[in-house]
Amino acid sequence: MITTERPSTVTVGRFTIAQSQMRNAALFVLSVLAVYVLQPAMPIRQMDFWLPTASLALAVIVWAATSPALAAGRRLDRAVLADAAIIGGIVLGVAALRFVEPLNGLITRTPPPSLLSAAIALTIVALLAVGAGRLIGPRPAWTMLPVVALIVLLVVLKYEPLTQAFAAALRATQGQAAAQASAFDVRWLGFSYIFFRLVSALRERAAGRLPAMSLHEFVTYVVFAPALIAGPIDRPDRFLKDLRAPFTFNGPDTGEGLRRIATGTFKKFVVADVIALVALNEVNAAQVQGAGWAWLLVYAYALRIYFDFGGYTDIAVGVARIFGVRLPENFNRPYLKPNLTQFWNSWHMSLAQWFRAYYFNPLTRALRTRAWTMSAIIFVGQVTTMLLIGLWHGITWNFAIWGLWHGLGLFVHNRWADFAKTRLTIPPERPRLQQAVSAGGVLITFHFVTLGWVWFALPDVALSLEVLGKLFGL
Amino acid sequence: MTFQRCSVLRIVVKALSLFVALNITFALVNVPANSGVAALGRISLYNVLWPGRARLPYGDDPARAYNLSLFDLNAMFASHELAGVPKRADEFRVLLIGDSATWGWLLHNEDTLAGQLNAMRLKTADGRIVRAYNLGYPIMSLTKDLLVLSRAVAYQPDLVVWLVTLESFPADKQLVHPIVQHNAEAVRALIAEHHLRSRPDDPALLAPTFLQRTLVGQRRALADWLRLQTYGALWAATRIDQHIPETYEPAQRDLDADRSFKGLLPPTLPKDALAFDVLDAGIRMAADAGAPMLIVNEPILISRGKNSDVRYNFFYPRWAYNRYRELMGKHLHPATVLGDVYYFDAWNLVPQEEFTNSAVHLTPKGSRILADELATCIRLIGR
Repeated sequence: MITTERPSTVTVGRFTIAQSQMRNAALFVLSVLAVYVLQPAMPIRQMDFWLPTASLALAVIVWAATSPALAAGRRLDRAVLADAAIIGGIVLGVAALRFVEPLNGLITRTPPPSLLSAAIALTIVALLAVGAGRLIGPRPAWTMLPVVALIVLLVVLKYEPLTQAFAAALRATQGQAAAQASAFDVRWLGFSYIFFRLVSALRERAAGRLPAMSLHEFVTYVVFAPALIAGPIDRPDRFLKDLRAPFTFNGPDTGEGLRRIATGTFKKFVVADVIALVALNEVNAAQVQGAGWAWLLVYAYALRIYFDFGGYTDIAVGVARIFGVRLPENFNRPYLKPNLTQFWNSWHMSLAQWFRAYYFNPLTRALRTRAWTMSAIIFVGQVTTMLLIGLWHGITWNFAIWGLWHGLGLFVHNRWADFAKTRLTIPPERPRLQQAVSAGGVLITFHFVTLGWVWFALPDVALSLEVLGKLFGL
Repeated sequence: MTFQRCSVLRIVVKALSLFVALNITFALVNVPANSGVAALGRISLYNVLWPGRARLPYGDDPARAYNLSLFDLNAMFASHELAGVPKRADEFRVLLIGDSATWGWLLHNEDTLAGQLNAMRLKTADGRIVRAYNLGYPIMSLTKDLLVLSRAVAYQPDLVVWLVTLESFPADKQLVHPIVQHNAEAVRALIAEHHLRSRPDDPALLAPTFLQRTLVGQRRALADWLRLQTYGALWAATRIDQHIPETYEPAQRDLDADRSFKGLLPPTLPKDALAFDVLDAGIRMAADAGAPMLIVNEPILISRGKNSDVRYNFFYPRWAYNRYRELMGKHLHPATVLGDVYYFDAWNLVPQEEFTNSAVHLTPKGSRILADELATCIRLIGR
């Protein structure tokens, strides 16, 4: 038997430590740079500089608001100042590239703003961070203030009329015509996932569970490059554990990481992108003829979204693995699950776990203290959780219906399972019947989820109803 | 070095070696005369899993048209319904070749010339059912038409209808279109076989380098083939192969007083400036396949707007087009005497109201007018 070499057990004196420190520094710098590099250009001038800068600013301010050091009123130590200087240096360095003609466009797609503007912005962020540290830091309950602010920002970015108004305001700051504003003007890359990580940190701080994190550790956690665009959503304590573990580049992790990257690349760029050509969308939904072909489009969408998202996750997990960070898994063969509860335990798992930890569990705990029946508690908990998950994708009727679809489905399954638990058990001596019931469950669950995608994939209720009608020959 | 690190390194080296070897092998096999990609093009889900397309694939907006433009003639023909329909004993097979007007720009399939002819359910005097196949392609070049015809004759035509217009004739423009350039080897073969005036070493005819012949170099062609197969599902699901917008810019009726045509000024339009050699090659090709040829000078928009005394339309100053018709009549007269070639000059058949966004693109009604006349010709030829 061949034993695997664990990097943590390799003792080569200070070299191991040096590799860990180098790895952490590299992850920090690369993640901060990736925020700019991955951000697409927008019609509003310099926004591909300002929005990534805002992501970093939010990370710094929330770190300050949750930092025990600042809460205790201690002076900032050298390490914090060094981390802040690196972040500020990168921001100014990116802005300075406008003067280096061959490198202009290397980091940001369009020319960045002046150094003075960037320096003023950094000063404001520093003041806000110090203010947050002094004001919120000693009062954990006050962490709800930044949580509410982040939720307001998320709503602005997810609700089209507000996004459009936001775009108009941003255009005005750049001297561009506000009348041309569109919701597509503001594509804040990674914000949806940055939101989860920031709220996680704030809630953990409020609960007294947030470990002390240095500024560079916290910023790396919030804007971790492999998981910036599409997750998965890690917990701060778990992420920190990997970041602080001894690290050397090693064969097993590199091999596994490369395997995941290769698998993810194939899933995303070959399978998903090819299936996407025939998957349900607004254009072909209106033009498809016949129930059979409509089913084909819907099945294709179900597969496309799985391979697309699963592929991204594989790549993120693989890249992180090479650097010794084990991001949480997001998918575990979800379409082969025999009921909806198991489906949601294996589909976008880190999202479901986040909502379970920060919304569903606190809510149901609160409701249990009142004279509510278990059914009512489960109903409210599951339906509102799924509604919020739906609305997180975008504040539209279709995403709301998709959320309700799954919330009601989960509630019905929960009640059915509770009912069947004592009444409809299959004896162990009938394995075939068990297999048949399980296969039936997989089919029913898959089709329930697939029909739900009709709401998810299309932009409006009327078109979704039309497609559902076509699917059933109505 | 540990076993694991050694193992990872070995896997990476093996993978890279395999990748390089595959690319080199593909490039060696994928020589122009025996193209690997072209061989792949013969494999098609159309006519097997999806129904064949009613016209050759062409599309600028794949997401809306469920169609795309590619250069692989094998894949294009394999996706066409012609490739999936064995000729029946009672079928009188008519192949239509030509430019975008024949392909049916801004027309649904049932409104194209082929669609209209099929809707008439014509029968020849001996009882055979006329079945028209649309092999038009939206490029104006006789050499492109010849290239298409060279593939089409394998499908046992009983009649080839070739719709032409002056814009397809300029000799010096025969090789400028990408589909011609990317099928360089086939075009060179046509030049050699039919002694065409185009030069086989014309730099417009692309000669792929070794790197361009590898899998990596051919990734666009391979992706196009894959996308064509995939769009077949949506073609089957919607029967749409062209995005027809609700509004479009109508063809110009008011024209500039420009008398030039492709740099030529009146009254000089020498016959050798036009590719009659290609037209003759097509006639011979159809004859060799045992099919008569009906050449149609396709309808053009005859404007009544500003400067219409100088120009018929955006394409043609009057003098040049008149001279072209004169040359066509003279050139084809000896051929028609032979009995296998028919010429129908339909240039002024369709009123200007029945043109859409160009001087040759017809409305459904305009297409119907032309189809009615062609039906008469087909009946006569099929006697």
